[in-house]
Amino acid sequence: MKLEELVILIATAVAAATPLVFAVIGETITERAGIVNLSADGTILLAGMAGFGAARATDSIWVGFLAAALVGAAVAAIVAYGAITLKQSQIAIGFILALLCADLSSFLGAPLVLQPGPQVPALPIPGLADVPIIGRIFFSSDGMVYASYLVIGLAWLYLYRMRGGLALRAVGEQPAAAFARGVPVVRLRYLYTILGGALIGIAGAAFTLDMKTGWTYRHTAGYGWIALAIVIFGGWNPLRGAMGAYLFGFLEALASFAQSRVPGVPTQVFAVLPFVLMILVLAATSGEWLTRLIQRAPPALRRLLSANLNAPAPAGLGKAFEQD
Amino acid sequence: MLVELRHIHKRFGAVHANNDVSLTARPGRVHGLLGENGAGKSTLAKILTGFITRDSGDILLDGKPARISTPADATAAGIGMLHQDPLDVPAMTALDNFMAGMPGRSPVTVLRGAAAEKRFREIAAGLGFKLDPRDRVGDFTVGERQQLEVIRLMALGVRTLILDEPTTGISAAQKDQLFEAVRQMAREGRSIIFVSHKLEDVCALCDEVTVMRRGEVMGGRVLREEGRLLDTPARISSDLVTLMFGRELASPSRETHRQEQPAFTLSGVVLDDRRLRIALPEIAIRRGEIIGLAGLEGSGQRLLLQHCAGLLPATAGRLLGRTDLTHKPHKAYLRAGIMYLPADRLKEGLIGGLTLQEHVALRRSVAGKAGTFVNRASALDGAEKAITALNIRGRPDSRVERLSGGNQQRAQLALMPAQLDLILMEHPTRGLDVESAMWVWKLLRERCASGTSILFASADLDEIMQYSDRVIVFSGGQVAPPVEANALDVDRLGRRIGGQMDA
Amino acid sequence: MATPASAKTPSPGAAYRVGAIVVGLIFIAGLVLLTGHSPIDVLVAMVKAAFGTEDQFARVLATLVPLTLCACGLIFTFNAGLYNLGVEGQMIIGGIAATLALRLLQDSAPGPVAMAVAILAGIAGGVVWALLAGALNVFGRISEIFAGLGLNFVAQGLAVYLIFGPWKRPGVASMSGTAPFPETLWLPTIGKTEASPVALIAGLVVLVFTVIVMRNTYFGLRLRAVGLNPRSSTVQGIPATRYLLSAFALSGAMAGLAGGLQVLAIFHRLIPNISSNLGFLSLLIVMLGNFNALFVLPLAFFFSALNVGSLTLPIQFQLESALAGVIQGVLVLAALIGRGLSQQARARARAAAVRKG
Repeated sequence: MKLEELVILIATAVAAATPLVFAVIGETITERAGIVNLSADGTILLAGMAGFGAARATDSIWVGFLAAALVGAAVAAIVAYGAITLKQSQIAIGFILALLCADLSSFLGAPLVLQPGPQVPALPIPGLADVPIIGRIFFSSDGMVYASYLVIGLAWLYLYRMRGGLALRAVGEQPAAAFARGVPVVRLRYLYTILGGALIGIAGAAFTLDMKTGWTYRHTAGYGWIALAIVIFGGWNPLRGAMGAYLFGFLEALASFAQSRVPGVPTQVFAVLPFVLMILVLAATSGEWLTRLIQRAPPALRRLLSANLNAPAPAGLGKAFEQD
Repeated sequence: MLVELRHIHKRFGAVHANNDVSLTARPGRVHGLLGENGAGKSTLAKILTGFITRDSGDILLDGKPARISTPADATAAGIGMLHQDPLDVPAMTALDNFMAGMPGRSPVTVLRGAAAEKRFREIAAGLGFKLDPRDRVGDFTVGERQQLEVIRLMALGVRTLILDEPTTGISAAQKDQLFEAVRQMAREGRSIIFVSHKLEDVCALCDEVTVMRRGEVMGGRVLREEGRLLDTPARISSDLVTLMFGRELASPSRETHRQEQPAFTLSGVVLDDRRLRIALPEIAIRRGEIIGLAGLEGSGQRLLLQHCAGLLPATAGRLLGRTDLTHKPHKAYLRAGIMYLPADRLKEGLIGGLTLQEHVALRRSVAGKAGTFVNRASALDGAEKAITALNIRGRPDSRVERLSGGNQQRAQLALMPAQLDLILMEHPTRGLDVESAMWVWKLLRERCASGTSILFASADLDEIMQYSDRVIVFSGGQVAPPVEANALDVDRLGRRIGGQMDA
Repeated sequence: MATPASAKTPSPGAAYRVGAIVVGLIFIAGLVLLTGHSPIDVLVAMVKAAFGTEDQFARVLATLVPLTLCACGLIFTFNAGLYNLGVEGQMIIGGIAATLALRLLQDSAPGPVAMAVAILAGIAGGVVWALLAGALNVFGRISEIFAGLGLNFVAQGLAVYLIFGPWKRPGVASMSGTAPFPETLWLPTIGKTEASPVALIAGLVVLVFTVIVMRNTYFGLRLRAVGLNPRSSTVQGIPATRYLLSAFALSGAMAGLAGGLQVLAIFHRLIPNISSNLGFLSLLIVMLGNFNALFVLPLAFFFSALNVGSLTLPIQFQLESALAGVIQGVLVLAALIGRGLSQQARARARAAAVRKG
């Protein structure tokens, strides 16, 4: 493979991963607050459809993204209400909404199927785009891709360097301890679930208005589940989550690259392959066995490894908070 | 800060946890709140810190009525609490824990880690604590986590500090450090409320003390003026014991069902659950005997019970029953007629969601005396018999989590197989009303009459003295050989638990 | 809300449950109105399309079978406290295994024998796939939700690979699946409809088996005990791990059987979408029925009728058949929210009673 091809491949990967980055960051924020929003797959479909429809009707991509964010936030609000206020199973609510929103997107989106619509314009950054290799990979795309860099950075900064992020982490880890420190646990859980849902919604519009422009039935099916898995892979850390999204984007780019070069294997196989490979990567990098392996390492190394490799889920994830 | 609690009432269902409780804590003084487990001390502490809302009564701070309904209110009013189980975030560093909950305006303020670390180290040095703010709290001992909380509360500028059973599960050296820090904080003009069921700790630290029993204040007295004890330690403790237990304890004079023949023997057993390692003395449990396990919670009583139940293999030593049970699977212990009744009934004993009748059926199937199909009629019959025999307030189709604590405990007893060689219990009467507690012991002693031995752990020295034939004391990682209960009294038992093994 | 009506009902929150369902129905009606059609017309058309002709009714029965089978399997996993979201993949592998058996035997064995082996192969395939998720869960401590979802992708990938690769139909491979099997390898049907008596009987047998096991056997009781409280169960001497794996295996067996029957009785070949989302739909059925085996049949029948009835929507109204899924999802969500509200109402009533007493 020539360098030129490799650069194109990586640039494609970064672009392909962009919607997922939004979804992964959104879900990471939600789960950091202790709530699993399992509806991501359906939310992305419904918000993607709504975003495309809104943008088409108003001829404004801004309205499209706003609509998608609102839809995502609304679905997340249902998850939050059911999980936090009604204390029902987060898994059950999320799963039901995942299926419901997918069918809603098909039902309501029928008139939009294969219709033309607006899309995010290309926007190479003057100067930076001309830098060899780096420019092609990172600075020759469009506003959504740049926005995703910003979201990753801001999410990381907020989580690890700001007051609010500290409270957010405490809420997801030990809600009782956070409550004892005067943190409004219930309010923050609502806030971050809804905020995360809005980002997942934006991921939907990033598909339909940018990376997979247009709308068809079950246009983005599967991406939401992968996003959920990547959050675990990323150890609930925005940076590592983004890396997971880029890895998936790379697998997708590689599959479409190989498609034209490996004649024996049909294209449909390449469409499914990234999902399968990603799952295998996840299985290989998570779970008990890694913990056991790390425990055998010498103490100094163990501390380093477990800080970087073995990220346990937030301790309060999925549990309802009961105030005395 | 002068803290006055006036006529506080709080009920949980049928339990009157705080019944007209009044208490005054003065600046510069350490005020002890003494009482047995379940006396209502923690409830009072949680009311003062906004975790629990009171039914009635007033809180006055420096003479002015205060509204405290959330922990945030309490913090704002200058009241901080050190919880029995440290309320912190183990996954984060000490510094993150320190910074979380610090007052500040906007959530998008950038954390000033360096400044916070400096402040952390200053306060820690002032209190004589050696903590690295960059360590993960999950790697700390309980004592270090307490120190972290104290540092945090000092940084918040609390003027009243409540410590809830702070000496449970920390080492003697950490306890000394903590007490020194508490005295230091009092000298700086703070008021301290020290909640404990340990007489020795209260005597060692407090300037005055209020004693609670069954939700009511039984009395109080001043122990120190200007740092000097006003009376001899012996007389103070005997006074306080009278208040705590309501009466001088009658020396145990009760019939025993103990036979000569040993039923189980433990020899050279060493237990280790990674947090605690204890070496047990030779223990020969005789048929029909009741052995009480006394000690601070978490001193290894649970390890011994779990080992005898076949749930915790020993790292060394042997356990002999009718057969050699050493390193046998859990099933063999069940077959040997050993029954374990854990403290947390709904967590480890009963199964919430199943009815009494289903529990009866389940126990039968586990005992291996049932076929494939559930015999409902016989399970119903069994449940009805149990309800009558043990006077359980419930129906065969009542789900166990809907029963009261006393009835859950009776249900557990009812579900025990008829033929048992050994019953292992944690806190047999914790949380039960007097009537239920007496029922439970009546039933247990009937079991002893038929040859069953009982090992039970309890935090209630009264209970241990009243029912045990022999007592095993757990203290500071040591386990003393069993002593005849007749040779002890509550006072000596208390001192042994406190570490004076030859008392 | 202490109206005389609600005072008479056994649970004080019953009004909330009914209310939530009513709100859900209004939401659905609103959606239909939004598309410019009358909800009543749409409802009548759907009922007609599900029950109007023998063929249509037979199709309802044909869809009922996989739904019932998967739902029965999920009864076991749910009662063991597990979310077996891998049911789709288990169904797909069942279909693949059945296809494999038929391909191997179609030239050598008589039709009935080949089909019997194919059914067994489907069951075995489902069991293996479910135990894979079970092992990841029990021994690898990976959440069964993600183990199952991941294995769904792998199963889907495998099916696509086989259809477009080694099992490619002569000529051009396509999403329509492998080459159809000869009619000697089709399960007999009732008349010329899609309903197969063998499949129906299999569904019925599994349903009766499930109801009996869950209601009348010690196995079912112990499984529930493990699901409700694994720690207590272990202390009492129930081998929790074995029961969890048994639940996975039973669920996989039934989903695998469903997948195999889809090949043998409906499609007569392997198609990429062999599970047709019926596995996920079964999860909704079991949740709606509060994990009770007795509710499986009526709810599966209702959902199946919705699915078949919705097929008329594109023809008569130019509406998407996805409306069926919307109705199903909204009803289950409404039921869940209704349950939450009524629990909350009851808790409030209890707290008020304590304060008064």
